[in-house]
Amino acid sequence: MPAIEVRHLYKTFEQKEGAVEALRDISLQIEEGDIYGIIGMSGAGKSTLVRCLNYLERPTSGEVLIGGKELGALSERELRGFRSDIAMIFQHFNLLMQKNVLDNVCFPMQIQGKSKKEAKEKAMEFLEIVGLSEKAKAYPAQLSGGQKQRVAIARALASDPKILLCDEATSALDPQTTASILSLLKSINRDFGITIVIITHQMSVIREICSHVAIVEQGVLVEQGLVEDIFNHPKSKAARDMILKDRPEGSWEGSAANRADGQIDRLREDRKLRIVFSENSAFEPVIANMVLKFQTPVNILRADTKNVGGVAKGEMILGLPAGEALQREMEAYLLEKGLELEEVTDDVEQ
Amino acid sequence: MWSSEIITMIIQGIGETLYMTLGSTILGYALGLPMGILLAVTDRDGIRPNAVIYKVLDVVANIIRSIPFLILLILLIPFTRAIIGKSYGPTGTVVPLVVAAAPFIARMVESSLKEVDNGVIEAARSMGASNLTIITKVLLVEAKTSLITGSTIAIGTILGYSAMAGAVGGGGLGDIAIRYGYHRYETDIMVVTVILLVILVQIFQTIGMRVASRLDRRR
Repeated sequence: MPAIEVRHLYKTFEQKEGAVEALRDISLQIEEGDIYGIIGMSGAGKSTLVRCLNYLERPTSGEVLIGGKELGALSERELRGFRSDIAMIFQHFNLLMQKNVLDNVCFPMQIQGKSKKEAKEKAMEFLEIVGLSEKAKAYPAQLSGGQKQRVAIARALASDPKILLCDEATSALDPQTTASILSLLKSINRDFGITIVIITHQMSVIREICSHVAIVEQGVLVEQGLVEDIFNHPKSKAARDMILKDRPEGSWEGSAANRADGQIDRLREDRKLRIVFSENSAFEPVIANMVLKFQTPVNILRADTKNVGGVAKGEMILGLPAGEALQREMEAYLLEKGLELEEVTDDVEQ
Repeated sequence: MWSSEIITMIIQGIGETLYMTLGSTILGYALGLPMGILLAVTDRDGIRPNAVIYKVLDVVANIIRSIPFLILLILLIPFTRAIIGKSYGPTGTVVPLVVAAAPFIARMVESSLKEVDNGVIEAARSMGASNLTIITKVLLVEAKTSLITGSTIAIGTILGYSAMAGAVGGGGLGDIAIRYGYHRYETDIMVVTVILLVILVQIFQTIGMRVASRLDRRR
């Protein structure tokens, strides 16, 4: 039985200008222990989707099942009890600013009716886990963004949840802090067996920790599956766009260099291929060998290594020289060498 | 002219003014705080929207607030008499003061509660908090500073109103100022009472702001 199951979910907002369909026919399954990413541009409906998972937003139609239980069938009171199984963290942390760190972590336990003493003891344990026990008496305003998110994570753990929903939880943080929060989430997933759902617009977050990913575009789920599969063979345009946009600062950029010497027009006419090196193909200098074999240079428009689920993957975008026969042969050569190929139709530049 | 009688009278006036102001503020909050919470909660983007309750409270608050206090004071004479048996004196003034202050306080409470970040309310809901818990543990706690600042403003306004009640024999410093300054042309006594009123407002304002900033944890 999946931890979360969504069936044919629709959500329509009634507004003055008319109805806005935020989500259309979303169906997905999230298994227990998964780290499931939901990625999309802002306005794609991913935040609405995650709020439907704990019924902060009521779907217009369709079903949400948590551990086999249909949320729509619960009374308001039952739903409140159920929500303590589904913790949530947010982009802007949403801590009580007038309460200190310890009281913030105690808050969900207070709602559950635990005694003050028990709540405080447990809260200290969770603060220990997120590495902030010495900040127990501090107020949120005295903490950095990363520390605030750690407090929010400790607070989320305090309700002893089975599921943790993260709504753009790292979007307000710098890259280093993001990395440390992601590794904290990873260890929580591993140590507590908590199923994690991550909403983000950053492909890097998905690559870093997710096992599965769903891509949402304009309220529709366009693609879902294992992160590795989608990274290697993106089928939808949205997925391809996401992957191409996923570029750390300072990565080497061939096309930008070419623009300077006026070759950009010629390059635009080329066929462009995105190739992905998996761990068993990276040993041989494939591109160099190919150039030697065909005696024709290829243009490397972008080259990069990325960490996908803990495995280093090389990614390159090649501009093939003109000539259909030659292009086909080169493609065949690359496939033979065990590389994943993907045609890139759009301009590489963003 | 600064006989001991006058000094005693002024001291008594201070006492009456304090009694009217603080008494009306406390009773005003007893009515205005729940009313303000209801306004904030039942508004369209509140935690439990209810158009009917909101509209009724909204209209009541607007009607009372649009009647000038001096006229309200006179309008309420039969009502005051029915409640406490007389319509003059400090206690007689407390009734119309409370009636005037409650909707004013309700509006201040409403706007304070609406300042609370929606994200925090959403976080509480995601933890399974009931609306009552959200009101008592999130809204009132997070709006604490703003509520205290609001009460400081409320006290100042009520103190001003209480002085106005002097026109109809309400007692307190305002009464003295009108009786001596207006009816008897004894300007010096009026000036003294006015200075005392200013000092009182100043004291309340300072205390309120100090407490508010002492309790604020946002920085």
